[in-house]
Amino acid sequence: MEDLGEIVGEFLLESHENLDQIDRDLVSLEQEPDSRDLISRIFRAIHTIKGTSGFLAFSRLEKLAHAGESLLSRLRDGVQPVTPETITVLLLCIDGVRSLLASIEEKGTEDEVDVDSMIVRIKAQMDAPSDGAPAAAPAPASEPSAEVETPVSVENEAPAVLRPAPEPIAEQRQPLGQLLVEAGAAQSTDVTSALQQQIEGDERKLGTILLEEGKTQPAAVNEALQSQTAKRSIADSAIRVDVDLLDTLLNMVGELVLARNQLVRGVMEIGDSGLVRSAQRLGMITSELQEGIMKTRMQPIEHIWSKLPRVVRDLSNSLGKQVQLDMQGKETELDRSLLEAVKDPLTHLVRNAVDHGIEDPETRIAAGKGAEGTLTLRAYHEGGHVAVEVADDGAGLNVERIAQKAVENGLLRPEQVPNMDKRDIMAMVFQPGFSTAAKVTNVSGRGVGMDVVKTNIESIGGAVSVDSTAGEGTVWRLTIPLTLAIIQALTVDCGDQRYVVPQVAVLELVFVDGNTTKIEYASGAPVYRLRGKLLPLVRLDRALGFEVGGDQGVYIMVLQADGRRFGLVVDRVLNTEEVVVKALNTRLKDIGLYAGATILGDGKVGLILDVSSLARRSHLAAEAERESVVEKRTEGGGGTERLLVTAVGERRVAIPLDTVTRLEEFPKDRLEQAGSREVVQYRGQILPLVRLSHLLGAYGEEPEGDTVSVVVYSEGGRSVALVVDRIVDIAENSTTARRDAEEDGLVGTAVIQQRVTELLDVRRAILAADPNFYSDMADEMLVEA
Amino acid sequence: MASRQFATFEVDGQLFGVEVHTVQEVLSYNEYTPVPHAPPAVGGLFNLRGQVIAAVDLRVQLGLARQALQGPVMNVILRGDGEPVSLLVDKIGEVVDLDDETFEPPPDTLSGPTRELVVGTFKLDGRLMLALDVNQAVDTYRAAI
Repeated sequence: MEDLGEIVGEFLLESHENLDQIDRDLVSLEQEPDSRDLISRIFRAIHTIKGTSGFLAFSRLEKLAHAGESLLSRLRDGVQPVTPETITVLLLCIDGVRSLLASIEEKGTEDEVDVDSMIVRIKAQMDAPSDGAPAAAPAPASEPSAEVETPVSVENEAPAVLRPAPEPIAEQRQPLGQLLVEAGAAQSTDVTSALQQQIEGDERKLGTILLEEGKTQPAAVNEALQSQTAKRSIADSAIRVDVDLLDTLLNMVGELVLARNQLVRGVMEIGDSGLVRSAQRLGMITSELQEGIMKTRMQPIEHIWSKLPRVVRDLSNSLGKQVQLDMQGKETELDRSLLEAVKDPLTHLVRNAVDHGIEDPETRIAAGKGAEGTLTLRAYHEGGHVAVEVADDGAGLNVERIAQKAVENGLLRPEQVPNMDKRDIMAMVFQPGFSTAAKVTNVSGRGVGMDVVKTNIESIGGAVSVDSTAGEGTVWRLTIPLTLAIIQALTVDCGDQRYVVPQVAVLELVFVDGNTTKIEYASGAPVYRLRGKLLPLVRLDRALGFEVGGDQGVYIMVLQADGRRFGLVVDRVLNTEEVVVKALNTRLKDIGLYAGATILGDGKVGLILDVSSLARRSHLAAEAERESVVEKRTEGGGGTERLLVTAVGERRVAIPLDTVTRLEEFPKDRLEQAGSREVVQYRGQILPLVRLSHLLGAYGEEPEGDTVSVVVYSEGGRSVALVVDRIVDIAENSTTARRDAEEDGLVGTAVIQQRVTELLDVRRAILAADPNFYSDMADEMLVEA
Repeated sequence: MASRQFATFEVDGQLFGVEVHTVQEVLSYNEYTPVPHAPPAVGGLFNLRGQVIAAVDLRVQLGLARQALQGPVMNVILRGDGEPVSLLVDKIGEVVDLDDETFEPPPDTLSGPTRELVVGTFKLDGRLMLALDVNQAVDTYRAAI
């Protein structure tokens, strides 16, 4: 690369940009074969490459570009229609140009790339009688036109013959007279006569003539002149800048922001009004400077999208699918380095959507959809982040299958599944080695990919999620920070230290007062009931090896990372601020708990927590627990079951966890009476309630509080709810260690966590709530039989 | 006669030295951010003009108890390999010019963690200075093994 001249370097850079544009244009041309604009644009771009390569003596490149140009000129002049085959050949030609350029860039020579076979294909395409196109039916040679002398021998043709008409200057700079007439500020006759005067030797400028003769207004002339210069300056005002230089500037601005913050705080303490004003001014200028520097590194996402139409076209063609690619918000800008990092994950998602998301035409028609699937790329700003969505209108994710697969792979326990949110189950696809694809294709289905997508996106501080509706499609959503160097973060206190949590991972904050909100323990593991669902908790003080504090007056940060949700317990949440991310000493990176460090407002160093690593740590605990369960199973031989231990009056009643669908809390005033039974409206259904205290004859005091805790049990579309006083714990119990009980409604008693616990006869309890619960199902079975 | 310049400092009453060209600067600093789960020799992080520097507690490296890190502590900031690292020391001494002939390998009686950090002994007027191996001195995983 070093011995390449600057001209060649520039040529390569420019050509790569041109080729990307050609790619896009060719794919669009396939959609609108009649667009002469597109053909001319492609033609011009190829022509530029050909011209420059001739000048730089890259003869193979010139030959290939020339062949492509010849084919295009036939398309342009309507000698030959635009067909998918021509597009394919032209795309091949573009690929050939690319590999030539790559070879020039790497080896400084184009000699090793074979272009002849490609040229033969292009010629064959030109000679091929275009079937079904009467306009081209006569042999091309029989109607040569002046400009389009169809080259029979591509090699011998002089390039100049095909030079397109020079672009009129007007495209860049419209004449003043025309602008004035268009704006209605002057009569075209006046302009013509003024022009005539100029031709006759009047040396004044057009605007001056018109003004002096009172034919137009000064303001109009000024405006017209300005719009003229603006047009010209677009091409002239852009310069290429080394990215390293921008990086250095960005770092320095980061420092400036910090220095400013410290200065402002110091000045506030002194309280001198003059100084405060100067500091505020400095603050404003710094912010603007920061913004400006950030902007220089921003590029529209179009840069990485531009390759996708080609990807979608090639892939859908090879899979026999019809896919329409729709791109929205391509002007959305992202930091350069982030764009690079997002490119591969995005391409993977797009390929995956074409391969697995969108069905083949037959399936789509059978499902009552159009034969052509739509893949929508959408980018937009959202609260300091950029969201990029890849949405298809395909079959959607199969949640049951994912759950099943996750259980098979040991990622989930079977009894976890009924309690899981649909989206949490779908997030399992981001786990390493996970693939539900029935067959492995060369595109996807090998179980590598989604986890890589997730790792890549998370490594730049972003997040990825998926949502899907069966039969309607899937939306993959990437949330990407605007820039790498400065992130939005929450500062929290733990122990007497301050830590920083990237805001992208934070879903919500919960204050634990110990009364209405409290931390509970499931065999020692802290959990929190977040809207009726158990949220596993990680205590930051414990994770960092500090003394473990109390459960009251603390905050739970609900975090999302690695596709799982967990709560991080911290002492205090202070505020949100923008922090400049500093790389951590390599030695400390290995600890794995920290994503980096930053300088806090008081000048001290703050550690940025690595949320996904914290999640993994909490997950590790679950893994260990699972292993111990497996051990117990093999040792005991009798098998174990997980039990939900509840309190009913003074008694402890256990319910097998795998019969539990959900745990809910209902406000007492939502309970209604229907006949002799209590019911509650739940998800559009009437849910019959049975109070275990009544059923078991454990009449005690009504538990205090405005809500009741219920255990929801569902089967075959019917649900009942068992009202308990309190959910105590989830426990393991060996199925052998129980005694049969004589009491009604119970199947036995067992010692769980050193306390005698009664095992509920679930069937009996359900029948008490809804006597018809099983009979309807039996009826259905009878009908089926 | 060949001579070298050493920056000297004291830890636990013993004089140590590193070659001057390895030192970026020397300063006293009093706010360190502890790094939980880091090797014990990492005293903490501090902000050096916007740069985050890890401070390695030389006491721990020498097998002694940690520095209290309350109040100002002296830092010898070494250029390091691309990223500066600081050594926490008790007291800063002077920069001394030392002839090579005052150099001797570490005495055989020197053992323990100190032995691994020291490349030699310089005989000064009235006291001995131990020359440190800079790379060993900042290797925080060394003590852990």
